[in-house]
Amino acid sequence: MIRLQVNGQARDVDVDGATPLLYVLRDHLRLNGPKFGCGLGQCGACTVLLGREPVFSCITPVSVVAGRAVRTVEGLGTSDNPGPMQRAFIEEQAAQCGYCIAGMMMRAQGLLEQNPSPSSMQVRQYMSANLCRCGTHMRILRAIDRAGALMRETGTKGKTT
Amino acid sequence: MRTRTKSRIVGVLGVLVALIAAFIALAWRSAIDPVRPPGSFDRQLVERGAQLEAIGDCNTCHTAPGGRSYAGGRGIRTPFGTVYSTNITPDYATGLGSWSEQAFVRAMREGVDREGRHLYPVFPYDHFNLARDEDLHALYAFLMTRDPVSASAPGNDLMFPLGFRPLLAGWKLVFLHRRQFQEQASQSAEWNRGAYLAEGIGHCGACHTPRNALGAVRRDKPFAGGQAEGWDAPALDASSTAPLSWTRERLIAYLQNVVFPGQGIPAGPMLPVAHNLAIVPDADVKAIATYIASVAGAPFEARERRAADVLARVKRDEESPPSASPPAAQPLDGDDRDSAAAGAQIYAASCALCHGAGRGIGSGNAMHLAQSTSISLPSPTNLIHIIEDGVRPRPGERGRWMPAFRGSFTDAQLGNLLTYLRGEFGPSAPWHDVQRDVRKVRHEGNHE
Repeated sequence: MIRLQVNGQARDVDVDGATPLLYVLRDHLRLNGPKFGCGLGQCGACTVLLGREPVFSCITPVSVVAGRAVRTVEGLGTSDNPGPMQRAFIEEQAAQCGYCIAGMMMRAQGLLEQNPSPSSMQVRQYMSANLCRCGTHMRILRAIDRAGALMRETGTKGKTT
Repeated sequence: MRTRTKSRIVGVLGVLVALIAAFIALAWRSAIDPVRPPGSFDRQLVERGAQLEAIGDCNTCHTAPGGRSYAGGRGIRTPFGTVYSTNITPDYATGLGSWSEQAFVRAMREGVDREGRHLYPVFPYDHFNLARDEDLHALYAFLMTRDPVSASAPGNDLMFPLGFRPLLAGWKLVFLHRRQFQEQASQSAEWNRGAYLAEGIGHCGACHTPRNALGAVRRDKPFAGGQAEGWDAPALDASSTAPLSWTRERLIAYLQNVVFPGQGIPAGPMLPVAHNLAIVPDADVKAIATYIASVAGAPFEARERRAADVLARVKRDEESPPSASPPAAQPLDGDDRDSAAAGAQIYAASCALCHGAGRGIGSGNAMHLAQSTSISLPSPTNLIHIIEDGVRPRPGERGRWMPAFRGSFTDAQLGNLLTYLRGEFGPSAPWHDVQRDVRKVRHEGNHE
């Protein structure tokens, strides 16, 4: 039995330690925000936050995250009460098929928590690990700018945990 | 006052004055008058200068991260403090715009700027002094035709009293010697060309040769390995620990960031070197590769045997892929065994997908780790950098992509992975105190 900290809650799972975190989140904890895109850490659709850093949950064995704070997009807010990142992505209509978006939001959240006012170049460099096949990059970038502005304005990073 | 005491005082004062005079004579350098250099140069000369600049990587040190090319401002950490690179654009007030060619040549060969100030040897004039007149002429033409940028470097942050530049005259007295490249008749023209470029403008030894306590390269141990920017520059001589020998063919590919079976690609400080060499004429890159391949010396039995073992293992694994988490090949004791077991699990979940034999399409055919040079080095420093930062091409370019694992593993977990990798894929001698290197790389700001 492995005890995890996910979106502020303790969750126990009975899985082999080598199981990718992505599978545990989706199949055992029913958190379907992070997606399987490539399984190789090359596309970013599975991105979650581990502590303050974005990581690829598809190549992270669940054994290494025991006791460390895992956050998925579900932890940024709810439909009724979206956090600043979610509001920004909705307001900018940044999703087309939506498959990359949860990963994009988590990486962007990680960036804004460490650097509340990143330059445009810094955002692009930071986000370059995440791919979008539909090509909504410009909307995603606008959404990240907007999220940053919202966070600075309200003085909150929107963490629910 | 008694005559003997007076004459003693006069004697001591006389010696002091003589010493000071000698020191001034040693350290003082005249200023060279400012000039307005010609705005244009022969086009072919400038092109040749561009190629030499690429071999010398001027832009790498003389460009700040995110800054304008050649405008300086990049902090280079040394054991003595941080030195900031200067503006070498042809801006009159803040760059080289007032420098005559004579001033430029003096800087490159003697480490003295136009105004007569001594320069710190982090600027490798101890290597550049091998460059021929016509090559310095071409480099001058190239630099004088770049875009001028008005920018002044931040002040250096050096330990006391190294801020007092005349002290460098003493350093130079001991460690800087006039040099002229001597061709070796017993070697080919290509080898000689490679030696001239690698030892001179290419300044490979500035990183790959160890330095003494005063920061001077140890000419008695050429290419025995050194450090740069928080990475280890591996030994290229007979003490090289690389599993497969760096042959001329392998080096030609590696130095231009061309994928070649069985070896890694340039990472860390070698990446800008390889990017630059990709625009240098083939003949020059081949010449450098010929020379560097010869530095390793004649093949000897232990090395040949190890290379054969590595290749045989890779072939075996390709033909019948092992399970994703093979047990550590070396017998380990107590703690190391537990550490390796934990590391094996991380390897299976995080690395084997691409690096394990039998991996499929999309894995990018990542190298079998038995061929890894970083796992074979005396210290895990380089491997830690690679795991933390991954490998990626320059923005906008295609190339190999390895994910960055920064944030994924705690120090202890990373240590377990390193122990496993060394035991499974490296030479028989284990790494000692892996945590010390993990802390050094992660927590002492040596990341690029």
